[in-house]
Amino acid sequence: MTENSKKMVTIYVMGKKHAVPADLTIMKAMEYAGHQFKRGAGCRGGFCGACATIYRKKGSYKLLGALACQKMVEDDMYIAQIPFSPAEKKSYKIDDLKPDASTFLEQYPEIARCLACNTCTKACPQDLQVMDIVQAALRGDITTSAKLSFDCLSCGLCAVRCPAEIVPYNIGQLARRMYSKYTVGPTEHVEQRVKEVKEGKFDEELDKLKALDKPTLKKLYDTRDMEA
Amino acid sequence: MLMMNVAYYPGCTLKTTAKEFDISTKASAKALGINLVELPRWNCCGTVHALAKDDVMHHLAPLRNLLRVEEAQQSGIVDDKKVVALCAMCYNTLKRSNQAYNADSDMAGKVRESMNNEAIVYSGQVEVEHLLETLRTQGWDKVQAHVTKPLKGLKVAPYYGCLLLRPRGVGVDNADNPRIFEDLLKAIGAEVVDFGYKQKCCGSYNTVHMVDVVADLSNRILKQAQEAGAEMVVTACPLCEYNLGNRQTEVVKKHPKFNGIPIVYFTQLMALAFGLGEDETALGLNKPDPRPLLREKGLI
Repeated sequence: MTENSKKMVTIYVMGKKHAVPADLTIMKAMEYAGHQFKRGAGCRGGFCGACATIYRKKGSYKLLGALACQKMVEDDMYIAQIPFSPAEKKSYKIDDLKPDASTFLEQYPEIARCLACNTCTKACPQDLQVMDIVQAALRGDITTSAKLSFDCLSCGLCAVRCPAEIVPYNIGQLARRMYSKYTVGPTEHVEQRVKEVKEGKFDEELDKLKALDKPTLKKLYDTRDMEA
Repeated sequence: MLMMNVAYYPGCTLKTTAKEFDISTKASAKALGINLVELPRWNCCGTVHALAKDDVMHHLAPLRNLLRVEEAQQSGIVDDKKVVALCAMCYNTLKRSNQAYNADSDMAGKVRESMNNEAIVYSGQVEVEHLLETLRTQGWDKVQAHVTKPLKGLKVAPYYGCLLLRPRGVGVDNADNPRIFEDLLKAIGAEVVDFGYKQKCCGSYNTVHMVDVVADLSNRILKQAQEAGAEMVVTACPLCEYNLGNRQTEVVKKHPKFNGIPIVYFTQLMALAFGLGEDETALGLNKPDPRPLLREKGLI
């Protein structure tokens, strides 16, 4: 063991004090302390947004947000998981939507309550300009709203902090859907793949998978090809 | 022609239901040598000025926009710490918040503490200007010099509404006896029709839930303008334009004797007088359609 890896820090998980190695992420530190994740953990690679976490540091009034699988623990961190953010999510048929500001306001009228306080932006672990995503939607600028929200993981931290009770990640998602449907339009590679699926190109492979037993499936999953 | 690069704050209405205001503004300003640079980042103006002294949060939206102007000036895309607004509501809100920020250091301190994630601190030095003021400062003779198609014989009544003129110290002109629209209309060759209700309320946001009230008010205003001889009404406020224009469908229902009259933005008439085409006057977007009258007058 190197000198560094022996260094311990104190964290508080839901108020309970733990000494954990300093070189762990919040997620690993919580597991080290004996927690088992049933919710609030997903890809462990910073892509799925399942492990939204809020924390405060001792001596600071700032309430901060992070992804537990990405953020390293720090001394005197008070941590709580937000594995799920309750949000009204609308059902709509993308073909029936008009790609303009009125659609955002019809689906999510609360966006008109945006105070431009920028709290959502401060909460974002992806460093997105969250407020600008909502503001662009308000004026029907679908392209800007879609592009600014491209890296959104829907972790929900913006939604739980918004004083106007807006769910910004749903706004970005609606923008991206309309952008892809009405601004970009159909793309050749997607149409080609849909055609292949319909023609049954992958049926045989899927049937094979379906017939496997659990241990074999598990082994296959563990040894799958992964992008670096 | 040497172009001035001026920060432009369009506001949401000019990007949605008042596109004709946005299009004709940029085109007519350009013809005058003013390059209106839309702020790269902007948010809602705040819509209504926060009147309560302790209502700091509602100042964040307008003041954040002014901070963006300062950023734009620092990055060199605009010449001065100045922003031009068009929508009367945006203009009024931005300017009043700016005044409050400069007048009340306690409030300013709270705003600074609550701005969240901004790279700079707003200095309070941005000047909020309405395009009408920009034009007046440049001189009406300069506007006149660019006219290639004077709006001869077109009888236009200027309608100010409330937010362009009030309160004093914020309004673009004398609240009781304004002349800025009149001066502009004269410069572009139109015939000015004065009428008593040019500052009367259009019903404002009652248009959302009390259309009835707006129908009565619009009827009163427009009828008086017509009795004074107006063939067209000009405005600078998208909400006035909506209530006096789009709402004429409701006016006729309630007041069957009412005859329609076109409502346009002042920038559309400027663009027309500067000889710009319909792509830039955007006269096809107003309701009711002003083009039959303008054709009759031989102006398009």
